[in-house]
Amino acid sequence: MNELAFFINNVVIAGSVTGSIYAIGAIGVTLIFSIMRFAHFAHADMMTFGAFMVLLLTTAFPAVGASIGVPTALIMLPLAMLLTALLAVGIDKAFYKPLRAHGVKPIVMVIGSLGVTLMLQGLIRLFSGTGGQSLYVDDRKEIFRLALPFEGARAPIVITEPQIYLFVITLVAVVALHLFLNRSRLGKAMRAMSDNPELAQASGINTNTIVAVTWVIAGGLAAIAGTLLSLDVTFKPDLSFFLLLPIFAAAIVGGVGHPYGAIAGGFVVGFAETLAVFNWNVLLRPFQDSFPEWLTLPSNLAFVGTEYKIVVPFFILVAILVWRPTGLFKGKVI
Amino acid sequence: MSSTPASPQPLLDARDVHGGYGSMNILNGVNMTLYADEVGVIVGPNGAGKSTMLKAVFGLLNVNQGEILLNGQPIHNLPPNQLVERGMGFVPQEKNVFPSLSVKENLEMGAYLKPQNVKRMLEQVYEFFPPLVEKRHQPAGELSGGQRQMVAMGRALMAEPSLLLLDEPTAGLSPLYMNEIFDRVKKINAAGVGILMVEQNAKQALAIADKGFVLAAGQNRFTDTGAALLADPDVAKSFLGG
Repeated sequence: MNELAFFINNVVIAGSVTGSIYAIGAIGVTLIFSIMRFAHFAHADMMTFGAFMVLLLTTAFPAVGASIGVPTALIMLPLAMLLTALLAVGIDKAFYKPLRAHGVKPIVMVIGSLGVTLMLQGLIRLFSGTGGQSLYVDDRKEIFRLALPFEGARAPIVITEPQIYLFVITLVAVVALHLFLNRSRLGKAMRAMSDNPELAQASGINTNTIVAVTWVIAGGLAAIAGTLLSLDVTFKPDLSFFLLLPIFAAAIVGGVGHPYGAIAGGFVVGFAETLAVFNWNVLLRPFQDSFPEWLTLPSNLAFVGTEYKIVVPFFILVAILVWRPTGLFKGKVI
Repeated sequence: MSSTPASPQPLLDARDVHGGYGSMNILNGVNMTLYADEVGVIVGPNGAGKSTMLKAVFGLLNVNQGEILLNGQPIHNLPPNQLVERGMGFVPQEKNVFPSLSVKENLEMGAYLKPQNVKRMLEQVYEFFPPLVEKRHQPAGELSGGQRQMVAMGRALMAEPSLLLLDEPTAGLSPLYMNEIFDRVKKINAAGVGILMVEQNAKQALAIADKGFVLAAGQNRFTDTGAALLADPDVAKSFLGG
């Protein structure tokens, strides 16, 4: 039964953690694409920016959380979301809006966003330094060990406090986004603009407002993803940059322009990654006796080594682009 | 078929309009006067500037010379969303619905600027287009061409326009649907909405027109009541196929 606990810890929980982060990131990417029709490469560094804001605020007021019993970083998250949303709107005004006004091709916007990403990353590095820093400045990271209700089960299921917050906040964010897009007037206008921008304008929808709202949502979600990731591990200025590829893979797997597809895509890529690096030897070992004698299991039986994890989303991305470029949910072709 | 104005001031008054995409003119001096209770129909050969004129009225392209007045106020070169606020509705010929939004959501988008009116206007639009009632939760992209045209017109009506611009509302529809659409156009007009539409099916359209504008090469060739144009042998010979 220890093997089961091992599987749950290393695949179910680890996959859900990565999947949630990819999903929240991919929703932002897909929303920006559906409104502005370009792949926003600076999205990952907006995530880092959000996490950095939390780090700054938490360092400035480390004791706030202790009084209520939640990590200070979580209390600072809404403020960081607001700041990141402002940053996103500001970046749009300063860089993307002039490009749009010139009516440039999408690829120019993409390269522009690449410039923004380098700038943002440099700026964050300038102030944060290059090392890792924990977002748990004054609090302790709780670790929960749940024993499996089986006889002989000694290895517990291990889940940390930030992981629980991660699942809860992901769920809340997804439900809130669903309600916003389907119930609110502004959310419907956003879907309308994604469907047909000219007709949206002919209906009296102010497309500039929708663009700004999109940045606010994308920025807020980016701050959530970056912060939750940094809470789970540690904050580093290049932390989310390496998530750029899997996040885009998730958005494309789900079908670009589909927020629900992005969620599904996030979990597909997240679980594919964890399953690919999982050591299957652990699960097969109990059945060693029933194998023929000539077959001895290698001690490490993973599809790829952990250090090659990044090839998994890359492989998924290439495969999807070759065989099903519209993604699972029939999105747009990037 | 009245040509007597309901009010002394025309609803739409376009004077000597020159315009097109950028500085290239497609319209070379078009004049159009339409009163609030009238159906105006623009007909003419391909490339005459019919749709261009409609788009110029709705601010979708540049008016380089001349003026367009809505209820006496100059509106040329105002952006479309401001024209919607001033009571103009526009139904493009193609891509005139939001395909992934439900029929009801499509209609709601039409009343985007007047959210307090949504409920009342929904009822009214469903009255004009009863087939939409049972399709209201279906994505508009799944509807047939005729039903989609109804959604498109309904969406424009939701803003309670005083002037509705229709760009070839019967293009690609079967004769059965064509008559139904013309029938609805008359009803909408009777409810107090001025209508200006471009049509390929010139004879049928002129039959319901209070005013007909025959354009050729970006200029007015004939302007009269629909009935008079239909009866005019010159118009019939050159523009209505004999």
